[in-house]
Amino acid sequence: MSLILNVNGTDHEVSADPQTPLLYVLRNDLRLNAAKFGCGLGQCGSCTVVIDGKPATSCTVPILLLKGRRITTLEGLGSMQSPGVLQRAFIDMQAAQCGYCIAGMMMRAHALLTSVPDPSDAQIRTALEPNLCRCGTHMRIIAAVRRASQLSLELQQARR
Amino acid sequence: MRFWIICLCIVVAGLAAFYLATSPKRIPPMVSASSDSFDAALISRGEALAAIGNCDSCHTTRGGARFAGGRGIPTPFGTIYSTNITPDQDTGLGTWSEEAFQRAMREGIARDGHYLYPAFPYDHFTRLTAQDNQALYAYLMSRPAVRDLARDNPVWFPLKFRRLVAVWNWLFLKKGLQPEDPAQTADWNRGAYLVNGLGHCGACHTPRNLLGAESTNRAFAGGRAEGWDAYALDGTSPAPVAWTVDSLTAFLKTGWHAEHGDARGPMAPVTEDLGRVADSDVHAMATYIGSNMRSRSVERRHRPKALSSTGSIGAEVFAASCADCHGGGEPLPFGGIDFALSSAVNAPEPRNIILVTLAGLPAADGRAAGMMPGFEGAISNEDLAALLQYLRLRFSYEPWNNLGASIKTARRALKETGPP
Repeated sequence: MSLILNVNGTDHEVSADPQTPLLYVLRNDLRLNAAKFGCGLGQCGSCTVVIDGKPATSCTVPILLLKGRRITTLEGLGSMQSPGVLQRAFIDMQAAQCGYCIAGMMMRAHALLTSVPDPSDAQIRTALEPNLCRCGTHMRIIAAVRRASQLSLELQQARR
Repeated sequence: MRFWIICLCIVVAGLAAFYLATSPKRIPPMVSASSDSFDAALISRGEALAAIGNCDSCHTTRGGARFAGGRGIPTPFGTIYSTNITPDQDTGLGTWSEEAFQRAMREGIARDGHYLYPAFPYDHFTRLTAQDNQALYAYLMSRPAVRDLARDNPVWFPLKFRRLVAVWNWLFLKKGLQPEDPAQTADWNRGAYLVNGLGHCGACHTPRNLLGAESTNRAFAGGRAEGWDAYALDGTSPAPVAWTVDSLTAFLKTGWHAEHGDARGPMAPVTEDLGRVADSDVHAMATYIGSNMRSRSVERRHRPKALSSTGSIGAEVFAASCADCHGGGEPLPFGGIDFALSSAVNAPEPRNIILVTLAGLPAADGRAAGMMPGFEGAISNEDLAALLQYLRLRFSYEPWNNLGASIKTARRALKETGPP
């Protein structure tokens, strides 16, 4: 059965069982490998993507729920050659150790910064709470999100 | 003309009488007591009592300093912000003598003489013994002082005149200890004292009347708490399997029970606190609460699952998203509950199951507790309604009404207040 998925602004026709988790379709069918398989139960956050502006754990979301929805993955925020603000900030602050959780962290941060452009530390902590990091880079991750917020505000001012 | 003058005089005299009658005494400020002046045993008794009263839940903001207040409690009359109950001199209880504290607990009047709003459940705390109040006072006054000014309360305009609370008190506040019931056991009486007094369980689990007072003739018939349903704790309990004293005790101490599910919303921190309370006190509370619930038939547990597990959106979403945890009979707290046992799926209103599905169950700090991802971003209102109606028909009885409207309300609440 085939289904149209809108990922990072592009429609993709995928043929997969409607109950297939989005994560498998992203990685196996669309070759978008930023979202990671961690626990498969929505408990660790490493597979986080953004759907219609809200974070979701793609390992627990079957594609049958995604007709007409807009999905954003880390690949949608920028590339190696031209990193987006969040990616720039995570590089600046060297916020990754093993890096496995970072794609999910960035996507949750992306959803936060979209609705709250200038979040407090408490808001950042609350927003990122569902995502786990085993290396213990939390302080750098928080700093990177703060930096990303600062970078986008500066960018906005420069555009004015 | 003379008639009107007489009327005016009566009104003025009435207002003056009301003013005088509702002017409580101001208790002079106290020079701060040093925390060394309290006996360690008294402080530790106060700590256990504060856990039973769940004081920290309302008097602490998320991520904020403990007992420093500032948390908004939504009421039908506006949001009431909790006050700072740390011993800070300027913004907390630093200048409160024990006499002032005892009066606030018994009568709902602050040290400086202003009336407290009944969001502070002094209608329950009035039933505390002076010794218990003394221990609570010692505990709170020996906490670190935090400077944090309480916020203004955006209540319905006339209620800014706090003296109106005096009328509420006259109507609804039954001051003082309740007599023990000699026909009941000591355990039951201890439970009644804790549940109806410090535990203030009825504040959420008893429905309230139009003036916001508990309908005492419908005690424990189920109420509301910060957007969540506080289930009935009487014969109308929605639990498919009857609660027992043992299952209640275990649930209150751990926050979950394999035959009932997880404590969530405002009940989660209640069970976190009760986990630190002596077993005998929690057992007493369970004994009293259990005596208000009539046992139910167990046939609901073994009801035939008539509904097909394929062929509808609801069934497909359940199979794809829920069944990994909720379909396999994995043991709680880490496996998901069998929905045939879940109070949330069997409750008269879908409020709680909607909130849990959208927001998930956040991981608890330092204890074994259920956790679940939220589906707020993943699922549309229509698909969620289809899923929940499927759960209801497969695991409970009659369908829910107005699921769509309830889902919209829950989404709005989550947007305003954030995750539970």
